[in-house]
Amino acid sequence: MIRPIGRISLDVIGGLGDFSLFCGKSFLSLPRSRKLWQRFVRAVHEQGAVCLPVVMVVGVFTGLVLGLQGYHVLSRFGSEGLLGTMVSLSLVREMAPVLASLMLVGQAGSALAAELGIQRNTEQIAALETMGIDSIGYLVAPRLLASLLVYPAQAALFVVVGLWGGSVSGSMLLGVDSGVYWSAVDRAIEFHDLIECFSKASIFGLLATSICSYQGFHAGLNHATSGARAVSAATTRAVVLSSIMVLMSDYIISSFFV
Amino acid sequence: MHTEPSDILTISGLKKNFGGREVLTGIELAVPRGMIFTVLGPSGAGKSVLLKCLAGIITPDAGVIMFDGSALGENDFSRRDFRKRSAVLFQGNALFDSLTALENVSLPLEQTTQLDKDEIRARSLDSLRQLEMEDFRHHHPGELSGGMQKRLALARAIVTQPELVLFDEPTAGLDPLRRNAVFAMIAKYQRLARFTALIVTHDVPEAIVASDRVALLENGQIRFEGTPADFTSSSHPVVSMFRDSEAALRSTILSIRSPEPLPS
Repeated sequence: MIRPIGRISLDVIGGLGDFSLFCGKSFLSLPRSRKLWQRFVRAVHEQGAVCLPVVMVVGVFTGLVLGLQGYHVLSRFGSEGLLGTMVSLSLVREMAPVLASLMLVGQAGSALAAELGIQRNTEQIAALETMGIDSIGYLVAPRLLASLLVYPAQAALFVVVGLWGGSVSGSMLLGVDSGVYWSAVDRAIEFHDLIECFSKASIFGLLATSICSYQGFHAGLNHATSGARAVSAATTRAVVLSSIMVLMSDYIISSFFV
Repeated sequence: MHTEPSDILTISGLKKNFGGREVLTGIELAVPRGMIFTVLGPSGAGKSVLLKCLAGIITPDAGVIMFDGSALGENDFSRRDFRKRSAVLFQGNALFDSLTALENVSLPLEQTTQLDKDEIRARSLDSLRQLEMEDFRHHHPGELSGGMQKRLALARAIVTQPELVLFDEPTAGLDPLRRNAVFAMIAKYQRLARFTALIVTHDVPEAIVASDRVALLENGQIRFEGTPADFTSSSHPVVSMFRDSEAALRSTILSIRSPEPLPS
């Protein structure tokens, strides 16, 4: 009984140590990385432009649902005028950073894990190392850097389209005065709410990108499988662990801001 | 193991286990400078593991690898020096799909040297020209045939002007004509660029024709080492079994097709 618990604990501690080293190496390689700008731009395109439609669609529908549900709850107390406050604070503090990050994990994170996994299995990573190129610095560091820009930007976009969605359902469909809605939005959002939103998005971005990179980079190395099964297993682990970590860290970060 | 000054690479007592299974059981080998040296062996003999130990992709459990007189460690100066002066051509070519042919060839120069942009471009184009790939410089690897990808991988390998090139099963999965073409390409560019080629393969006829020296790896040990002529005339049982496998197959097939009833 004690032995399996001990083994699992040691595996978890070893894995965390390995992951920390991986993240440390990624950041330390940044100053030495050559032609970083080109790979950074490519990573911004992969995480940003490619995922834009998904984030916008989810943002609009989240706003629509918040407007609809918020109107029916607030109307019980005769407080429909506070719809803008409710929609904006829900979006800025929670929905935008969390949902935008989860969408990015599902699209860009899974693609990143799969790409690195295939590069590992087709010996492209080994080729970099035999050429004397720092494989972590070349493949992972620009993606981590890009996540610091893209995740907050996508969260900001999510807020904008979500607020518009809230106004469509609240004002255009359910009759809340448009001026009242946007005035409530304007009064509700304060500077520290934006700090919370962007801090969360940046931390989620770093966590998700480093987890997806780590899983893809080690596909087939730390586990018994290899080839397509290793890539598929690594991609699944990357998405599941990243999603869990986004939600867990959301609670921890929120407890500091509330 | 006795080391000659002319040997670019010497290996002694090299061992590697995977999950309790001994794949390399004490390799002793010396690779002379400027030659095409081929390590032959059946599938599963440990050829690729040997090559990956040399390239630093796999860490051996025991043994010493000397490159140009210096023992190679895992992460030390000698290993960095080895990486600067050597190149590996992988079985699957290991080309980057998202980069064009020119970008693939430029990559090691861009990332590991201080050369300026124009010099990198000139050297990369020269390397592509040598391999008759200049017209395909803007193509991505996915748009090239298998033979062209092999040439592109060789162009990338020789662009840094290495002294030693390691070839991991360069003809795996190719038909006989393409196998000949690949060995001819290696022989041609080895002569032009004057690198030492260490090839691991199981293609006996092509290797014997193209190599200066051959070794036979079987069950994790070097069973034979000599010239191709020595290999052809050797009466060593393991050598003759591997070398004459085609004759053995012919005899087996003839016995199966003979009118005599098959033994139950």
